[in-house]
Formats: sequence, structure tokens, C-alpha cells
Amino acid sequence: MIHSLFLINCSGDIFLEKHWKSVVSQSVCDYFFEAQEKAIDVENVPPVISTPHHYLISIYRDKIFFVSVIQTEVPPLFVIEFLHRVADTFQDYFGECSETAIKDNVVIVYELLEEMLDNGFPLATESNILKELIKPPTILRSVVNSITGSSNVGDTLPTGQLSNIPWRRAGVKYTNNEAYFDVIEEIDAIIDKSGSTVFAEIQGVIDSCIKLSGMPDLSLSFMNPRLLDDVSFHPCIRFKRWESERVLSFIPPDGNFRLISYRVSSQNLVAIPVYVKHMISFKENSSSGRFDVTIGPKQNMGKTVEGVVMTVHMPKAVLNMNLTATQGSYTFDPVIKVLTWDVGKITPQKLPNLKGIVNLQSGAPKPEENPSLNIQFKIQQLAISGLKVNRLDMYGEKYKPFKGVKYITKAGKFQVRT
Amino acid sequence: DIYLKQMLESSKDSAKLDAMKRIVGMIAKGKNASELFPAVVKNVASKNIEIKKLVYVYLMRYAEEQQDLALLSISTFQRALKDPNQLIRASALRVLSSIRVPIIVPIMMLAIKEASSDLSPYVRKNAAHAIQKLYSLDPEQKEMLIEVIEKLLKDKSTLVAGSVVMAFEEVCPDRIDLIHKNYRKLCNLLVDVEEWGQVVIIHMLTRYARTQFVSPWKDDEVVEEYSENNFYESDEEQKEKDQKVKNTYTMDPDHRLLLRNTKPLLQSRNAAVVMAVAQLYWHLAPKSEAGIVSKSLVRLLHSNREVQYIVLQNIATMSIQRKGMFEPYLKSFYVRSTDPTMIKTLKLEILTNLANEANISTLLREFQTYVRSQDKQFAAATIQAIGRCATNITEVTDTCLNGLVCLLSNRDEIVVAESVVVIKKLLQTQPAHHGEIIKHMAKLLDNITVPVARASILWLIGEYCERVPKIAPDVLRKTAKTFTNEDDLVKLQILNLGAKLYLTNSKQTKLLTQYVLNLGKYDQSYDIRDRTRFIRQLIVPNEKSGALSKYAKKIFLAQKPAPLLESPFKDRDHFQLGTLSHTLNSRATGYLELSDWPKVAPDPSVRNVDVAELAKEWTGILGKTKKEKPTEKFYSESEEDEDESSSTSASGRCLESNLHLPCLKNSIFRTGHYLKRIRKKFKKSQSYVAAPVSVPTKTHELLHRMSGKGLAAHYHFSRQPGIFGDRMVSVQLTVTNTTDQKIENIHIKEKKLPPGMRMHEFNPIECLEPAGSITVSMGIDFCDSAQMASFQLCTKDDYFNVNIQPPVGELLLPVTMSEKDFKKEQGMLTGMNETSATIAVAPQNSTRLVIIEKVVKAANLGVVPSGQDNIHRFAAKTVHSGSLMLVTVELKESSTAQLIINTEKTVIGSVLLRELKPVLSQG
Repeated sequence: MIHSLFLINCSGDIFLEKHWKSVVSQSVCDYFFEAQEKAIDVENVPPVISTPHHYLISIYRDKIFFVSVIQTEVPPLFVIEFLHRVADTFQDYFGECSETAIKDNVVIVYELLEEMLDNGFPLATESNILKELIKPPTILRSVVNSITGSSNVGDTLPTGQLSNIPWRRAGVKYTNNEAYFDVIEEIDAIIDKSGSTVFAEIQGVIDSCIKLSGMPDLSLSFMNPRLLDDVSFHPCIRFKRWESERVLSFIPPDGNFRLISYRVSSQNLVAIPVYVKHMISFKENSSSGRFDVTIGPKQNMGKTVEGVVMTVHMPKAVLNMNLTATQGSYTFDPVIKVLTWDVGKITPQKLPNLKGIVNLQSGAPKPEENPSLNIQFKIQQLAISGLKVNRLDMYGEKYKPFKGVKYITKAGKFQVRT
Repeated sequence: DIYLKQMLESSKDSAKLDAMKRIVGMIAKGKNASELFPAVVKNVASKNIEIKKLVYVYLMRYAEEQQDLALLSISTFQRALKDPNQLIRASALRVLSSIRVPIIVPIMMLAIKEASSDLSPYVRKNAAHAIQKLYSLDPEQKEMLIEVIEKLLKDKSTLVAGSVVMAFEEVCPDRIDLIHKNYRKLCNLLVDVEEWGQVVIIHMLTRYARTQFVSPWKDDEVVEEYSENNFYESDEEQKEKDQKVKNTYTMDPDHRLLLRNTKPLLQSRNAAVVMAVAQLYWHLAPKSEAGIVSKSLVRLLHSNREVQYIVLQNIATMSIQRKGMFEPYLKSFYVRSTDPTMIKTLKLEILTNLANEANISTLLREFQTYVRSQDKQFAAATIQAIGRCATNITEVTDTCLNGLVCLLSNRDEIVVAESVVVIKKLLQTQPAHHGEIIKHMAKLLDNITVPVARASILWLIGEYCERVPKIAPDVLRKTAKTFTNEDDLVKLQILNLGAKLYLTNSKQTKLLTQYVLNLGKYDQSYDIRDRTRFIRQLIVPNEKSGALSKYAKKIFLAQKPAPLLESPFKDRDHFQLGTLSHTLNSRATGYLELSDWPKVAPDPSVRNVDVAELAKEWTGILGKTKKEKPTEKFYSESEEDEDESSSTSASGRCLESNLHLPCLKNSIFRTGHYLKRIRKKFKKSQSYVAAPVSVPTKTHELLHRMSGKGLAAHYHFSRQPGIFGDRMVSVQLTVTNTTDQKIENIHIKEKKLPPGMRMHEFNPIECLEPAGSITVSMGIDFCDSAQMASFQLCTKDDYFNVNIQPPVGELLLPVTMSEKDFKKEQGMLTGMNETSATIAVAPQNSTRLVIIEKVVKAANLGVVPSGQDNIHRFAAKTVHSGSLMLVTVELKESSTAQLIINTEKTVIGSVLLRELKPVLSQG
């Protein structure tokens, strides 16, 4: 399936190559560079490119292009999903998926890639198994290794691949047994000029960090499971139990993993926690315009809206902006024309406001469209959909674990049209 | 390098490890480290696991280049294959099978066979992976590998299932018969297979189901293919059956099983699995049920841009045919200004597909936002979309048209230009009352500079010049002034406008038109001059003008059909959804065609599993895995019950099928037919083999009637590509009976073939009447050599030794390629791979036609177009190995020519050269 992989950085250097079958020359990447040039912007490089003898399927993650070389028919999503899994694994191992991290750990990267694919077909992609095969680098270990000459490769052979719970490694032992669940909800919304909601929905995930000894068998139940309209599961979850009882029953992997992702039924009205008052105008036949934006809280269930950041892609004709912020700080990048306003916390007593003058290129026509405002925010201790975890039970082990649930609501793709 | 070598030879593991790490770093950067091979390979038996692993990495990378040295490592792996630890056995097999050295093929084959019956499912999984590796290294092993695949398909382990199906898809995707007995098991295991395996299995089962079950789409138009059915049964029977099928459709329980067992996978976290299930429902489920996949597909839109891109493409294809599926999710496709352009256009495409009377006003409001987008490419696409909505939904045509007219005063030229083009198309659909709009557009002409837009306006004014009688001549006057500075596209339309005005209003425009025609006559562009001459002849009457000019008005001002505004995703679903071919909208290498539903389902009892056999296997497996049982139960809903119930129901079905024996036979026939068709299509996609240019009529004698005691046989090469298999040369054999008695049971025996050569015999001829003659086909794989195939031609009571020796020209299959590709390939086949000779050419043989005729008659070559008159090029590939064979004939002065052959197969190349020489020199 996957013949070769090339990692390419933003300046077009191929800094790593790996072949699972016979070697494919680097020159195949020229087709990719050609497409990249045509696309102008990295986001627009087509994920699937056809060349005379190969097909290139690529993803763009953390300023790196992962370009895979394919020779025959394959579902493109198969490759795309796999490449993201590779990037996730790097992230997991090195704390970041960056060119430096990959270059610094090139041997581990190579060992990982060797284990993840055999003859181009995925072999071991579960992080629990990989970590048994190849230990992640830590500062302590690298010091010890350099002194004793020992290695990163696990000296005991992993058994995870052989059990019928392939996502969990065997023989897990902790002195403190803990299970944490983060319920994270994101609001995707498009708000129109007049402030009414064109489209809004809630997408949520439950990320877990589970450090429990032995083979715990968990079941997690909700107060209001009917809220979850569409759910996707980690393979550890028993689908039948969910179907019949709406309970999440599973033997967890060890460590961090995403338990479920869900979408809240679109019948429910979505609460929009912020509102924006805006006045953006460009004068005809003059090289300036006005910009005046205020953000305020709305339907926030009595919690504080924090971490508010607004980014605006201004029209090309904008040269510079002279603004004053009553709260937080703003920057304008005149090259990419992006205005970023880091607002911080919203206090209802004194609403944050940003206003001032926009300088346009003289002689350029007045911009047709006002820019959209992209807003990020966070609300701690609130799941905006109202989803609540009821209880967590553990079977199969005798000890009493420490349990915790955290809720957080964030803006997803939250856009206000002006 | 010397430093690294020293480190590798040091006695300390830490130094070795350090060296290996540096070497791996070099490999990762794409630097050449092959010189260190001897030093590295010594460490293959190292006790240190990490050193060992890195040596493996190195071996897999360079073994192909250093085959002899790589052999040194083989014994280490052979030993490891017998290790008591299953993980060591597995990894030894993995590395051994990744070393691409042809000499070790037999060792690999043996290792795979052994591993496929290993007790450990993990080792068996690795055996399945090794199958594909060996197959790509040596396709000769196909038959033996299929045996291993057959065995592993029976495996009950979820670990093995995905990998073996993958091997099946690569090695023998047409052997659907291997799936029958494993179908139910695969359906039942599916939920517990790892996600990557799930994708592969689901795609394979989709193809399988389309050959085995009848269509669940009741109200679909059924493509009638009676002619084909007539071969097997009378019309009446057929009609009866058709009626039966139509009236009483019940889904085969196995069809239902597949749909039921894949549905939970829509909940997978893996987008590829979700998409695989979605395409399965699209291609297999009753139309009323396919809707359940929409929600999951829409969920995937929350993912990264690459996943969005593929999913949106598939939704675009689906939404054309079945709007209802995605209508409830309309707003999920609304565009954000931060989406990449490629995502925006796909969303727009889907929104346009979903537009209907009920939602169009909301959509048009949304589109207004998009038109003002800073992303002008997207704004232009939106205008196209508005145009499509306007033609599809007549209620809003006027609204859209007005909206587009407003856009004509937009500041951005691209927006205006696109609007003009779309308005032009719309007006063509209903020109009756749009004089005002045309006038408005005529005014725009002064300001618009985009050529397409100018051309569109001019075309409109010309076409409807009678509706704007005052303006049209004036426009011609203005454009005549700027003619020389216009783009070619615009010039052509000025000429058109002139012609049309000349015909309708010659009083005012005669002089102007003649002026324009004069300008056109001396234009630099060939097209413009050509068009000018054409128009002048047609419209300007003179004594020489023919009968056509009487009809000039009818020709120029004929009612023209309005252009269709269609989605680029229309009909894209003839490619299986979710595939690479669908994304590219062109057939990718190795794409497997999805067959049409069979009219009558093939025998369903082939999927029944023998109860006794099942029980036997179960006792075996239960014995081994007793310990793991309880947990296993948790995850797969007890498989045992499923299997049992299915086998009881199966025995019932057996009875049923006995009753319908005639129709059963018939359906078997038909499956064969389908398989053949699939195979044929598959082959076409893999290479660009062309049909033979000529088929020689020359026959060769196989058996003279005197030596055959009255039985005579001749053969000739029919040049039909691969009837019997893709490596076989097809030979047509004509046997004649010259005796006065019947000759019975003519068949082939005692084949004495050189190693590697294979033969597909013809079916024995039961009886040949006196003076009768019969022609049969057979296939011989000559292994790209000119060696004889010797065998015995036998009758009931006699046998005769005969042999067939192929002219090398028949060991080829013609291919088509462009001259450019030819030169490129030729450039790679020089030196040793090139043979040439200077030959004399008979004068009557020096024209292109004669040369082509003579050469393709002598050898099965394809003709390559040539830019030079004196060079003729031909291309083919060898039947067995598919190596290119490039033939060039370059005519020189004084009746000589240079004959050049480029090929890797130097032996056949030189023989072919020898055979071609006399062809051109003789008259």
C-alpha cells in the first residue's frame, strides 16, 4: 500500500525518507513541489496528486508535509488517517511533532516507522504496543544509555500484540491508581451580521488519562446520555453495551487516549456564550476606514469566559491599523494582513472594546466585503451541552482508584460575519 | 567511513550501536551508505537487540543492491524461524521476506508455508504479509501463494483476517470462489479486527456482494440484456423469472448479515473505516437504508482538512443522486472564510446539489455572502453555482438573473467576467424577454477587459442582434476600432457579430463587416484568418459562391441548444466510492471494478460451511485458547452461536437449491461470465496493451497428415492478448480429419516443456467426423524464449510427437505510447540493451505504409506515432515478463536503413533483429 514516505519542511527540504519496498527516488517529490507552488498557500495543496508512475498522498501537520508514495489503488482516507497516526505518535513520543524533534530522534523515528508498517501495510499503530517495543526518550534514560551503552529498545518482548486486548500493555503497576476524564466541548458556529445564528453545533470529546494497575474493567455512565446524537468510539469500548444500556464499558489502554468523540443532537438549541458588536466600514474614495468591536458575555451559565482571542483576516488593501484596546493587546501583521486581539477574561462590568482607524492603500478600490471575526474562548467547569458524568465503576481489580472529571467548553470554528 | 567501519568492528557494543545509529541517520537523509554493507552484515547475529534491529533496518534498505553479501545473513534468519519465541519467529520472517533477493525465493516460499501453519496467530499474520512481498518479488509463485492464501483465509483469528484479505486483494482478487466458505466468518469477525484490516475487508466484501446477491434497489431501471440470456434459456422462462424477481424480492440473509455487521463500524474513530462502511451502504444497501451513513460522514467534517477533502468529494457524488440523504445537514456545509479554497469549492458544490424549491431562498442569501468573499476564485465559483441553481430550479431563474445582473456593477473584474459568462448561458435558455439585460451588457463592454467576458457579450449581441437593432451595429463599430488589440477569443466573436449583422442588417453594417473581414484576413493567427475566409465565402455573394451561401442566415442564426450546467461530480459514482480512482476521477492502477448486480443470484449454498468440519476446527481451537475465552466473549458476541445457527439454516437452503437445479446451473454459468468480464477489465487497466495492428494469416504445420495417420494439424498465432492468463501466447490449432473414419478423443499429453514454461491445453475434442475440421485455442507461456514447446497430440488409440516453435515476433504484445514516452524509455535502454544493424531496403519498401505493414506482420508490434518522416517506431512488451521491446527503423540515403532494437531482453532482441532484417530488404 504505502511505498515510501518523505518528510518535507516548509522551505522544501526533504529531511527524512523511508522506504518499505524498493527505493523510490526523491525526484518523485518534484511533482509535489510543483503542486505546492501552484497552490500558493499550504492549506490548498491537494492531498492527492497523480504523477505518471505514482500517486502522492500527503498531509500537512505542524509545519511538516508527510508525503507518501502509493503505486496502486488504495482508499485515500486509509493513507491519510495512517499518516496522521504517525504524526500523533511522534507527538506522543517527543512531546512535539517538529522537524527538530524528528531530526534529534531520527533512530527512534526509524524504529517506529519500521514497526508501524510492514510492506506498506499498518502493523502496530497502538501507542501502548509501540511503547513496549520502543521506549520513548527521556532525559534520564538518554544519560543512562550513553554511559552504559544500553538502548531504547524494550529488552522484554511485548505481549500486547498477542493478547485479545491489543490496546493495553500487560503488567501495568502504579502506586497511585488514578482515572481522569476531561469532557471537552467545542462550539462551531457561524453568526451573521445582525447577530443571529446561521449555524451552530456542539462537538465534544472525552479525553482520558488512566493510570490503573492490572486489568481494570471500567464502566462510565451519564446523567443524560440521550444528548449524544452521534458518537465514535475508541476500539476498547463495547459497542453492544452502549447500544443496549447507554453505558461506556471498556478495559482502558494505559495512559492518555481519546475515549469518545460525539456530536450533540442538532435539535437542541446551542447556547452561544459570547456576542460581538461590530462597526467596520471603509469610506468610498478615501484611504481609511473605521474599526470598532466590542465583545460581551451571553448565555454563559454564570461562568467566566476566558482566554478570549479574536483573529481577523483583513482585506488585502489594508496597509495598517491604528487601534486602541480597552483590554488586552492587539497586533497587526501587515504582511499576511492578520489582526490578532488577545483579550483575556471578559468581565461583564467593563466590556472589552477595540477601536480605531484602518489605513488603506491609496488608490485601491474600497474592499467589497467586511472581514469575518474568528473568536476563541474557554469556559472552565462547564459542558455547554449540559452533559454530565454520573458515575464510574471499576471491576476486575480490588484497589480503590482516585477518580476525577473535568469539564471545559471552547470555541471551535466560531465565526462572526460582519 | 573508515571511522564507522572501525567502530562496527570494535568489540564494544556501545561503539557498534553508535555506528549503526549514525548509519541509520544517513539512510534517513537519503545518503548512500551501501559501502558499509560487509561491515554491517557481520553484526546481524548480534546479541544486542537494538544493534540487531538497526542492522535489520539496514539490510532491508540495501540487500537488493548487494545481493551476494546479503546471502550471508540468511542463515541467521533461518535459524530464528525455528526459535521457540513467537515474536522472534515473526520478526525473522518479516526481515527475511523484506530482503528483495530473487535467489532466496524458494527459501521464502518454504518459510511462508511453514509460518502459515504456525500455532501463533501473530506469526501467521506475518506470513500473510510475506505473501505479498514474495509475490511482488516473483509473480511466478502465484499459484503456490494462492494455496497459502486459501489456507489462511480459513484462519479464525482476528489478527490474521485483515492481513490475509489484503494479500488476497493483491495476489488473486478475481478468485471470488475462495471467499464463499469464509464469507460468514469474515462478517462475524469484522467488529473485532483491527481498524486497518476492517477497511480492507469491507472493500473486498463490497465487491464480493455485488457478484453474489441480486439488487435490492427495486424501483431502479433494469438494464435489459435479453440477448445474453437467450443463450441459456427460452424467452418465456426468462420472463417468468424476471417477474418472480421483481415481485418477491427478499434479501439474501447473507446480504443482510453484511449490512448488519458493518453498521456498528460507523462509530469507529477511524475515518477510513467510517468511509468504507458508507461506501458499502451506498453500493449494497436498499436505498431506504443508505441514509444512516450521512450522520457519520457529516461527523467526519469536524476532522482535519485532508479528511474533509476526501469526505466532501464523496458526499458531492452521493448528493447528486440522492439529495434526501444530506438535506437535513445542509447547514453543515456552510462555508467559513477560513476554510481552504479547495474545501470551500467542494462545500459549494454540495450546497448546489442540495438546492431545491424549499431551501433555495436560504441558500441564495448564503451565496450572497460568498460572492463578496475576498477569495476571488471562490467568488467566481459561487457565481457558477448560482447559475446552476437558476437553471435547475425554474422558480428562481429570474431572481438569480437579477442578482447576477447586479453583480455586473461589481468592482472586481473576475466577478463581473464570471457573471457575464453565466448570464450568457442563462439567457440562452430563455432569451425571449431579456433585451434590457443585453443592452446593459453592451454598455459594459467599454470597461470589461477579461477576454472570456468580452467574447460572451459579443456573442450575445450577435445572437440576439434583432432584439437590440440600434445597439448592435454600434458595438460592431466600436470593436472594429479595437480589433487588432483584442484577444483571439474576442476577435473570433467580432467576426461572428459582423457576419450575423451583415445577414440581418446589411444596409448599416456592410462596410463595417467588410472592414473587419479585411483585418481578419491579415491577422497573425491562423484560426482567425481561417475563420475570416470561411465567413467571407458564406455571406458575401459572388459569382463563385456555392449553394451554401443561400442558407447562410440559417447557418449563422440557427436556434442553438442552451448549454447544460452540470456538476463535475455527475456520474462519478461509476467508480467505487472511497477509492483513489473516485478521488482522481480516473482509473488508478490496480483499481478493481465493481460488477453490476447479477440478474439471478448465484447459488447461495456455496457459502454454507460443513458442520463436521466446523466442529473439528473448533475443538482444535478451543483446546488452545481456553484460558482467554472469558475476555474474548466480552468483545465478540459469541461467535459459536452465530456459526451454528447459520449452518442449520444453511442445510435448509441446500434442499431448496436442489429443487431449482436448472436455474442453479444457469447461474453458475453466469458467474463464470462475470468473472471473465471482471478479469478482462482488470487487465486493461494494468497496462496499455493495444489490440494487435495486424494478425498474420500464415499458418504453420504441426502434424502432417502422412505422419499423423490421416490426422493433420496446423497452428497459427491469433495475437489475442491473454485469453488464458496474462503470460500466455494464444495459439489457434486447426485439426483436420483426412481419413474416412471418425477420430475420437483428440487431446494433449506428455508435455515436455523447458523449466518455467506452461501450457493451457484445449479441451479434448470428443469426436471429429471424416473430412471434418475443427479449430481450438490453447495458451502457451513461452517464458519469453524461443524454445520449442514439445508435447504429444493424442487420439483415442494413437499418439504423435509434435512441437511448436514460436517466431519471436509472436512473443510480444503491442503497446501504445507517445513518441515522447518512447524516446524516454529508449533513453533508459541503451548500451547493452541496444542492438542495431544496417540493412538494405528494397525501393518499393521505403514508404511509411509499406514499412508499417511489413513490420507489424512479422512481429506483434504497436505503431508509435512519429514526428519525422524517415523514422518509424514500434513498441511492444514481452508476453511473459512485460519487458519493453522498442523497434526503430530509420531510413537513410541510398536505400539503406538503420534498424535498432532496445530491450532488456537482449536475447530475444537480437533474434528479433535477425528476423526483421529480411522483411524490409526483400521485395
